Amino acid sequence: MSSLTEDYRRREESITIAHEPAGQGETHELLTLNIGPHHPATHGVLRLLATLEGEVVRDVKPIVGYVHTGIEKTCEDKAYWKVIPVVERMDYLSYYFNAMAFCGAVETLLGLEVPPRAQYLRVIHLELNRIMSHLVWLGTSALDLGAISMFWYCFRERETVLDLFEMSSGQRMHTRYIQVGGVIEDIPQGFAAKVRRFCKEMPRRADQYADLLEKNQIVVERLRGTGVVGEQELLSLGVTGPLLRATGNPWDLRKAHPYSSYDHFDFKIPVGTVGDNYDRFKVRHAEFYESTKIIEQALDGLPEGPFITPDRKIALPPRHELATSMEALIHHFKLVTEGFRVPPGEAYYPIESPRGELGCFVRADGSAKPARVHMRDPSFTNLQALAAMVRDGYIADLIATLAMLDPILGGIDR
Amino acid sequence: MEVRREPISDFRVRQLQAREMLRGELEGEELERYVEERVMTTTLDKAVAWARGNSFFPLTFGLACCAIEMMSIVAARLDIARFGFEAFRASPRQADLLILSGRVSIKMAPVIRRIYDQMLDPKWAISMGACCSSMGVFNNYALVPADKFMPIDVHVPGCPPRPEALAHGILRLRSKVLGDPPDGWRERYGAIGTEELLGEAEVTRSPDVSVFKAGDTAGA
Amino acid sequence: MPDATGLELTAHELREVEPEAILDTVFHRGRATLVAEPTHVKTVIGHLRSKGYTFLASLHGVDYYPEEPRLGVIYELLDMKRVDRISVKARLHTEAPAVASVVELFPGAEFPEREVYDMFGVEFEGHPDLRRILMPEDYEGFPQRRDFPVGGEPVLFTYNEEQNYGKWQ
Repeated sequence: MSSLTEDYRRREESITIAHEPAGQGETHELLTLNIGPHHPATHGVLRLLATLEGEVVRDVKPIVGYVHTGIEKTCEDKAYWKVIPVVERMDYLSYYFNAMAFCGAVETLLGLEVPPRAQYLRVIHLELNRIMSHLVWLGTSALDLGAISMFWYCFRERETVLDLFEMSSGQRMHTRYIQVGGVIEDIPQGFAAKVRRFCKEMPRRADQYADLLEKNQIVVERLRGTGVVGEQELLSLGVTGPLLRATGNPWDLRKAHPYSSYDHFDFKIPVGTVGDNYDRFKVRHAEFYESTKIIEQALDGLPEGPFITPDRKIALPPRHELATSMEALIHHFKLVTEGFRVPPGEAYYPIESPRGELGCFVRADGSAKPARVHMRDPSFTNLQALAAMVRDGYIADLIATLAMLDPILGGIDR
Repeated sequence: MEVRREPISDFRVRQLQAREMLRGELEGEELERYVEERVMTTTLDKAVAWARGNSFFPLTFGLACCAIEMMSIVAARLDIARFGFEAFRASPRQADLLILSGRVSIKMAPVIRRIYDQMLDPKWAISMGACCSSMGVFNNYALVPADKFMPIDVHVPGCPPRPEALAHGILRLRSKVLGDPPDGWRERYGAIGTEELLGEAEVTRSPDVSVFKAGDTAGA
Repeated sequence: MPDATGLELTAHELREVEPEAILDTVFHRGRATLVAEPTHVKTVIGHLRSKGYTFLASLHGVDYYPEEPRLGVIYELLDMKRVDRISVKARLHTEAPAVASVVELFPGAEFPEREVYDMFGVEFEGHPDLRRILMPEDYEGFPQRRDFPVGGEPVLFTYNEEQNYGKWQ
């Protein structure tokens, strides 16, 4: 018995846990491993061709296109109003942002003023959507890392947010609440009270998530120091959003180029220092608090007024007018059958989505249907940074980096 | 001496066969028939179907937006662990229910078919959402309806379907597997014969349900 | 955004560097666009990059059917220090649409250029790995061009496919 113990102890002594990945300087065979498109740890159908040397990733090539839906082609076939539900389904966790980018582009082409109440309502829903997107990101990322119970906590909060969306628009996801010229409907009674209650709860819940994960030894070991890329490299790759802010660059379109009255609100931009996975995690976590602050300020300062532009050539007239006014009837008829026409031109409208710069390019040719709709999706450009992030790291770090990258394949593939 | 042959009673036949079985003298087809008659097959089938239907192992297969709603049926509000389906398996070899959640593009269709082929029988498939059932919002060059390349048992409409709708679809599948396919509400609640027909058509009515005559809407 | 005069000054500078590079300038609804000659696109973008527009926000294609030249490649550049955006447009014909790749200047243009190739057929010379990204590798046709049909499938379900018009045979 004791010789076995001695044998075991002797073997234990010889194991060294070095921090350099093995294989440097020695020639090993390279193995190409296909990860996906169906794989439990990918966020959507992403296929990765990883070139491995032992456990160390030497190169990774993402192959996308498995959810390509031809959204941009479908949009060319539909009136501007009907494009909104189609475009919403692109980046399927941030549907309000997709609609906002498109509506912003069309409003730029029309030269349309959005009423202040509509702008504030848009901001409230956009920030609620940002919180919801980060909640899903946190739940699924923790699931990937192995902290499975986080999933249930985050989805509990997500259900509350979806209840709020259902209250204001009737749908949980893909609500087509944001329309060209404003929002489709005013918020019902009791919505503001419910949102305030949610905003009071949310910081406490975010503290709970931090307590669970932040100082956990395994999470820290897996995320700290892994997937480090410098700021200049990310900028040259076109990366924006929390990934860029984790390296220390405070670029946020809400502050740099405010749209939809974001300049009326006082909020901070969380930035990281090193640019590793832990910083990306902390940056997104801090955005919970900032978004809650924005929503509270928007509710406090919600102005009175119309919730959609009073221009009857763009927005549907309210139902009660149809009974009395002939022009309202004609406008309603024209808008529903043909849709409004947009004068020829091109517009690119960028906004800050939970993943980075989401831009919508619309080319109008004077008819009622757009001639080209292109969504500049943040995940599409962010994915190019994956190879730089995982080079010379372990496979486990690849999974953690992919989780922290927060790719949404619907946006990548469109 | 007269040999009296009575018609051998059924009970006696079975006794003799049991004796032969215990002696090891029944063979081949007779043995099979013996086993078939004794083991209550229909009840066994029902028991197996009950076990299968109450323990689906869904495959973690999320494609697009519907995947998020599928994740929320695992979450706490609508908990499919109540029904026993929370064990999502990542490997198709270990799963028996494929929930196609999201749009199926032409690049992904052969991959899905291969995964479905890798699943072991008995297997079922639920097409969740409008996109895989019937092209959904995007009827264009890039998408394929799931029925084109694999058999689907239950289609759940919605874009995306609410978690309750998906749970309803899974429970429909469960009752399909359990062997009593849910008919329409008329069969289930004994309401056959309560249809109100216009015109002078003769309607056969079941005697114990009082029905109004055609055209008579008093009290409706 | 540079305003109209800023745009004209930039175009003037570029014309001094490379005389036939800029064909036109468009300033519409606050958006400044330089229409560049396809052969000089890389010079234009390189010059703009040295002037401060160091971030490539978007690279996408447009089909201007029925106007000729039919295809267009649009580069959206962003100057983060001055919060300025400028667009560069290159118009190409459908016969042999080719333009120099800007992957050397902006490595982040790799995926968007592949997408433009996939959707419109524009070849980017100097691109390290030009192949289809969204459609299957052996797909024929360029979907986003205006003369490509939208397509679609008739709706068939497993239970009624036999009654449908001979599709399953």
